[in-house]
Amino acid sequence: MLDGYEMTVGLEIHAQLDTNTKIFCSCKNEFGGEPNTHTCPICLGLPGTLPVLNEKAVDYIIKAGLALNCEIATFSKFDRKNYFYADLPKAYQISQFDLPFCEDGEVKINPEGEEEMIVGITRIHLEEDAGKLNHDGDISNANSSLVDYNRVGTPLIEIVSEPDIHSPAQAIAYLKKIRSILEYIGVSDCDMSQGSMRADVNISIAPVGSDKLGTRTELKNMNSFKAIEKALYYEPKRQKKVLESGGEIVQGTMTWDDEAGKTRAMRSKEEAHDYRYFPEPDLVPVVVDDQWVAKIKEEIPELPDTRQKRYVEELGIPEYDAGVITADRQMADFFEGVVSDYDNAKAVSNWMMGDFLRLLNEEDITISEVKFEPKDLAQMLKLMDDGIISSKIAKTVFEEMFATGKTPDTIVEEKGLKQISDSSELENIVSKVLEENQSAVDDYNSGNKNVIGFLVGQTMKATRGKANPGMVNKILREKLEG
Amino acid sequence: MKIDKETVEKVAHLARLEVNEEEKDTFAHQLSDILDHAEKLNELDTDDVEPTAHVLPIKNVFREDKVEDSLDRELALSNAPDKDKGMFKVPKIVE
Ligand SMILES: [Zn+2]
Repeated sequence: MLDGYEMTVGLEIHAQLDTNTKIFCSCKNEFGGEPNTHTCPICLGLPGTLPVLNEKAVDYIIKAGLALNCEIATFSKFDRKNYFYADLPKAYQISQFDLPFCEDGEVKINPEGEEEMIVGITRIHLEEDAGKLNHDGDISNANSSLVDYNRVGTPLIEIVSEPDIHSPAQAIAYLKKIRSILEYIGVSDCDMSQGSMRADVNISIAPVGSDKLGTRTELKNMNSFKAIEKALYYEPKRQKKVLESGGEIVQGTMTWDDEAGKTRAMRSKEEAHDYRYFPEPDLVPVVVDDQWVAKIKEEIPELPDTRQKRYVEELGIPEYDAGVITADRQMADFFEGVVSDYDNAKAVSNWMMGDFLRLLNEEDITISEVKFEPKDLAQMLKLMDDGIISSKIAKTVFEEMFATGKTPDTIVEEKGLKQISDSSELENIVSKVLEENQSAVDDYNSGNKNVIGFLVGQTMKATRGKANPGMVNKILREKLEG
Repeated sequence: MKIDKETVEKVAHLARLEVNEEEKDTFAHQLSDILDHAEKLNELDTDDVEPTAHVLPIKNVFREDKVEDSLDRELALSNAPDKDKGMFKVPKIVE
């Protein structure tokens, strides 16, 4: 799409940590809540207060670092990042500058339509989130902003990628992989719609083969994969046009206008940010020893890559299916719940990849909101194996399970969906179908054997799908040939 | 190190301070003197000294992840020059 040029993307992913309390005070760390009901003198930045670090937040960043194959720093400290903005009551953010908790990580990704690849992680540091600005009605008409400080002090990790990403598909695969891993280890719920995961996206282009990166523009606080993907198709093309018409890329922050489908330069500041970082005097350094790291290591569950490999090697399901199922921990846990009750893992993955995913998407719900249990799906598959329901009826049963949470047995019983395998009953039905479709019978007798498909269909219809299709076929042939 | 008027202006702007012309000259001199004084430290050989991250020789001060009561909202907002709908009201900010 960029002939002659290659794009390079840098991602800074911010993920809110799922601790009970904020990073430097004991206020509840919770999304939502009535405005300004989760604040205290510390997170409001009142004079004379001192922050005290939440140990759990350090546990969590070490966990994230280990899961993303980082080196864990034995010595780490916090720094002040100074800027004035109404969402930041202290007029500085406590962050980390030169000694972050985690460095030099990497993650394996499988971008759609591309080869598997490794993306390097430069660093992961710990910092505090800012508050939320609200505007009454139309932002351009408002003459004031309202500030809610509930979010101030929410622990955040920032994951910075190496400039290894060169396509929109790679960027999306990377974001999804990071989200998946953070969810697996339980440090963040990564809900982008609630802003608990968001990303700053740096984009530049350079002539193919150049060893220097081009000037980059940055899109801040992107909170939807779709918007990021669209922006990554748009912005490099815009940069290419600028360069080819003899212009220069202006380094700076852009904003993504989703409605217009384009990036726009934000009003340029008179000067670049000068954050004047300096060591945070109110917090002492953190020393992480081997014992601490070992303890966290033990808490890390089997991660998606390992799980995927196990599903392929031990359960014999296709790699692609295993990838889709393991990408979401809840989905993978559900799958294992079914498989523990039912031997044919391939059949389970087929149902999960097919009707299950389809219904989840249609209803726009997550696995945790599903009304039936893994054992119900196992039971439904057994009913199919035992010939009690046909595969066609299974679809009906599954949809009913999904809608009501009733067990397959109950549904089959209540709706009278048991497959008809009684041959005398089927013979009567088939005879009736043949009587009603004399012209099809004539066609058959004059050599058009394909018409049997139509007659099978008519029989299934007469039994509302409950006839055993194998038996219908057999009886039809016997009667037609006989 | 010599601090000029432009640097004073920049630092003042970053700190959102208003300084008049006379003050700019005074501060330029005073800041230069302070930096010159600190510059003296560079005469010391610190090759074998670990960089200091904090002046106190302590580490690992933590809090347990246990929720405690937050401020009552009215109290939290009590010093706000302006408020509305339970929030701090500030001049419109557009970036
Ligand atoms: Zn607080």
